[in-house]
Amino acid sequence: MSAAVRPDEPQVEVTLCPGGPMLLRGATHVIDDDGRRVPVERPVVALCRCDKSGRKPWCDGTHKLLPLEI
Amino acid sequence: MLLPRARGAISAEVFARLLQAPPGVGTVPMPPGWPDHFEDPLEDEDLQVTLWALYELHYKGFEDVEDEWEWDAGMLAVRRELERSFEAALRTLAEPHVRAVVGGKGDLADRLFDLTEAFEGPELSAYLQRTATREQTEEFLALRSIYHLKESDPQSWAIPRLQPAIKSRLVELQFDEYGGGRPERVHQALYATTLERAGLDPAYGAYIDDVPAIVLATNNAMSLFGLHRRLNGAAMGHLGAFEATSSLPCVRYAAGLRRLGFGDDAAFYFDEHVEADAVHEQLALRGICAALALDDPSQEADIVFGAVICLALDVRFAEQLLGAWDSDANLLGPEHDGVPVPA
Ligand SMILES: [Fe+2]
Ligand SMILES: [Fe+2]
Repeated sequence: MSAAVRPDEPQVEVTLCPGGPMLLRGATHVIDDDGRRVPVERPVVALCRCDKSGRKPWCDGTHKLLPLEI
Repeated sequence: MLLPRARGAISAEVFARLLQAPPGVGTVPMPPGWPDHFEDPLEDEDLQVTLWALYELHYKGFEDVEDEWEWDAGMLAVRRELERSFEAALRTLAEPHVRAVVGGKGDLADRLFDLTEAFEGPELSAYLQRTATREQTEEFLALRSIYHLKESDPQSWAIPRLQPAIKSRLVELQFDEYGGGRPERVHQALYATTLERAGLDPAYGAYIDDVPAIVLATNNAMSLFGLHRRLNGAAMGHLGAFEATSSLPCVRYAAGLRRLGFGDDAAFYFDEHVEADAVHEQLALRGICAALALDDPSQEADIVFGAVICLALDVRFAEQLLGAWDSDANLLGPEHDGVPVPA
């Protein structure tokens, strides 16, 4: 049994995906470019890092259509 | 749901047996007229509908079939024989692509992302976005209903067979597929709403008699991979390729539905998948597939095999559907002899 994290300790984990989005685990809200407080509604969310998503702040896969790696 | 309509000698015999009481001890011989080999298992309507029905015994079953048949040894032997031919055909189909990816340089997740982006196929999603008629869009939705009404269930078979770190990633992904604790957000339920809003039948299996072999084969491949522990790697590779080819097409499907006035509720299933699958592709290819291959390098070939099968069958489906539409025919229809039914 791992005892590293107690369930009552909130913990946010950030994962940077090579050439892709930033994954957020355990977040409750994201403040977007316009200062809007966007609620997080799934266990893990992908935040756009290429700035070209049509669904910002979320990733929509558009980075795959860009000519250069971000 | 009731048993599908038979499509040949094998399904006729197997379905006739299924409608009787199970014998208790597995003594069922192969149906008479069993061929020495199947010419083209992927397009064989009889093989695919039999296999689909035998797999369905492990999901929801049929109102007209006794539940005991699920574990009847004789019926499992029939399933196993069909699977052998089916898997061999899938291996042959995937072989050249698998060889090009396995053992390549770099992280397996990056290689699989590259594979999904390089895989050539017709642009079905672009057609549905810009050109498809209302009837064609309804046909597409009905063809896809066979999978989406049981979406993610074939991958759940893999959960207990994975080691804890990878299992936790798969469950995290599946939790999202199953609505994140909100029953109304289960992806299967979202698709039922899409069907309903499009004026189609949202009942599980409603279109089973009307879909061609390629649709059954697509579903059967997922059940084959999911139900065999030996093929766990293929199940996860398939999942990864599926997720990685979903977000961008879903943008287009949603736009197509709105263009035709199907409305936001109908489009919501696809809206949801734009965001969800942008997460899921990372979880599946990096958190699951690459991690699985790192943990057990012998899994790499089967992970790639599963990914290739997802992509290759998807291309076949798109080719057959656009090909049918191109000649004013349909893929969805009451008679399937392996050729499109004239409209
Ligand atoms: Fe989904
Ligand atoms: Fe997904």
